[in-house]
Amino acid sequence: MSAVGEAATLALDMIVHADAALVRTVALSFAVSGTACLCAAWLGLAGGAWLAAARFRGQRAVLLVLDTLLALPSVVVGLAVYLLLSRSGPLGDWGILFTPTAMVIAQTILVLPVIAALARQLVADALREGGEQLRSLGAGAFARAALMLLHERWAVVTLLLIAFGRAIAEVGAVMIVGGNIDGFTRVMTTTIALETSKGDLPLALALGFVLLAVVALLNVLVALVPRGHAIAVTEWR
Amino acid sequence: MTNRLSPQRGRRVLITALACVLPLAFARPAHPQDRSIVMASTTSTEQSGLFPHLLPVFTKATGIQVKVIAVGTGQALDIGRRGDADVLFVHDRAAEEKFVAEGWGLPRRDVMFNDFVLVGPKDDPAGVRGKDIVAALTKLGASPRATFVSRGDKSGTHAAERRYWNAAGIDAPKTKMAHYEECGCGMGPALNIASAKNAYVLADRGTWLDFQNRGDLAILVEGDTRLFNQYGVIVVNPAKHPHVKRELAQAFADWIVSPAGQQTIASYKVGGQQLFFPDAKQ
Amino acid sequence: MALNGKRLRAVPGGDVRAAPHSAVSNNRSAASAAAGRTPLVQLRGTGVSYGAVRALAAIDFDVVRGEVIVLVGANGSGKTTLLRVLNGVIAHEGTRRLGASALRQAMVFQRPFLLRLSVWNNLRIALWLAERSTPAAQRHARAGEALARVGLAALAARPARALSGGEQQRLALARAWATRPELLLLDEPTASLDPEAKAAVEKLLAGFAADGTTIVFSTHDLGQARRLATRIVHLDAGRIDLDAPATEFFETAARRRDGFFPDDALP
Repeated sequence: MSAVGEAATLALDMIVHADAALVRTVALSFAVSGTACLCAAWLGLAGGAWLAAARFRGQRAVLLVLDTLLALPSVVVGLAVYLLLSRSGPLGDWGILFTPTAMVIAQTILVLPVIAALARQLVADALREGGEQLRSLGAGAFARAALMLLHERWAVVTLLLIAFGRAIAEVGAVMIVGGNIDGFTRVMTTTIALETSKGDLPLALALGFVLLAVVALLNVLVALVPRGHAIAVTEWR
Repeated sequence: MTNRLSPQRGRRVLITALACVLPLAFARPAHPQDRSIVMASTTSTEQSGLFPHLLPVFTKATGIQVKVIAVGTGQALDIGRRGDADVLFVHDRAAEEKFVAEGWGLPRRDVMFNDFVLVGPKDDPAGVRGKDIVAALTKLGASPRATFVSRGDKSGTHAAERRYWNAAGIDAPKTKMAHYEECGCGMGPALNIASAKNAYVLADRGTWLDFQNRGDLAILVEGDTRLFNQYGVIVVNPAKHPHVKRELAQAFADWIVSPAGQQTIASYKVGGQQLFFPDAKQ
Repeated sequence: MALNGKRLRAVPGGDVRAAPHSAVSNNRSAASAAAGRTPLVQLRGTGVSYGAVRALAAIDFDVVRGEVIVLVGANGSGKTTLLRVLNGVIAHEGTRRLGASALRQAMVFQRPFLLRLSVWNNLRIALWLAERSTPAAQRHARAGEALARVGLAALAARPARALSGGEQQRLALARAWATRPELLLLDEPTASLDPEAKAAVEKLLAGFAADGTTIVFSTHDLGQARRLATRIVHLDAGRIDLDAPATEFFETAARRRDGFFPDDALP
């Protein structure tokens, strides 16, 4: 257990001294994953909520596809985006491979199904309670979807935190499309992977602790925002 | 959804939109005008710690920033073929010459060499200690108490390892050794596995010197000229990929074989030991 | 005005069936003829099945402008189903015809669904949903009026879900009335309320009726029916058992010996 102890001490030391390179790496992790979540949120929340409110042929099939995409391995997404953005690929002229933008794109694709599936579940549950009454007030599918997202906004925040967790913790996609370039596209998870492959396990573990500490801080900040109403609990089917 | 529910909602939308865009300020995507090149190199080179020593000197001299993508040699060459890098810096001469012959790169130049070492348990159950790598592997192949860890990832190191087994006339997986294990992994993880299993492993000296988790391992075979690992630099061919930053990449290639570059390479030391030996032909 | 056997325009929900000619139709057709007006809503041969369960038999039913119709009957007798058919939100057999081309209606439920927003915003959203084309300023004014009418103006900024049961139901009424419906449907609006809240709601309903809104609501409270109704309809297992003006209903019910009201339930 001495490796863990050593790692914990090292982590504390790193946090206290706030080394510039470490701060930059953490900031980049947050920037990339945060941007990806917010970008995916638009489409994911709207799409997921609408799927819950609407009725159309082939809906079951769409849900099946959505649930399958939840298991999309991050490295597969990374590879797909890499092939798209490579100079030899269809979008090569954009020249954004090995940049943080490419990382944001990959992570957006990764968390989009997560947000959509959770939003669908959330809104479907809410509609079970009040869908009929909203309909009788004159709300069509889009209005019902939007109103239920508003109604369950705190559950939406939790949902986005879940998506953020998925994004900031992944390494496969950002490694491939970012290239782990020192000082440019190196994020926390790719740094941890690098230190592990160099055999410096205490440092790798320490970086892991630092990442967890910063995410915990984010969650604390979110929890501190006053909420006047009861929070709906989203459960998996 | 056309939604004019309330000013609060409008404000929320605006804040979210800003929050979406703001982090991109950190993102700094590559500008076509900025003086930087992308270099594809190998994990073992990066892990040796050479780049933080070498590249800042180049940047100071030329104002060109070098962005290093460190992957396996095979993947580095693939990146070159795809045109996703401007210059390559790898150590697999045969593969490099093939790369140039196929037209993907301008002619390669020798830059430096480092060497491989055979690392194994201090008590050396197979009795391989010495200066001859082929003799050592022959003894290993005949030893039922030996375990060998191979990277198995088509890297330059893995290719070298296969050459030595071939030279010894041994089909490594089918020997009397207790275990021959391919991990499909980088040098660091391979060393970790060898350390955990008290096994033999072929490593580049740089990664070994940096490696912390040695357990009972030590260098058993070194100094054989066949263990020398030659590095080459190749500018990706702009005829195949017109967007390649030819002048900037060429500036790097020219600098690294110049006396200044070679001197910088020679001055890199780990634990007081020089890792890389410049050998560019002038 | 007998319409039995006549095939009318098909509506989503299934086959069109011939309306049975019955004493009920005769009672009502007499009333309509006397009023001399086209009914607001006209149901013919309208039946509803939820899967294998027959919730409402194929009935004929008219709602005439200005009436306050109260539906009474045991749970599961079809009151809610009939209200939903009148509201036009569920699939049914037979036909549902509106007297005029469009009918402004609103429905209030026993437990109103309120969004996790303030009282004021719940009202504004309801108005927006009902009338998107009306200018915002006008909707704003109507919301204010509705809130004042039900006596909740002081609570406008409160979270709607923090209100008491009676206050929430009054908010639901404000929500419904703000759109100035011609027809107001309510499903057991006071069932969950204490006597004071119940009285407040009844007062509001009486007020709406006095303003000319046509009201159809269901209740278990026969006293309430007596107080508010112009016409009372008793449902039993999906069929209309007795449909009579309020003044006659209780006497007729008492005279009938099939005991559908225990004697002590009659007010």
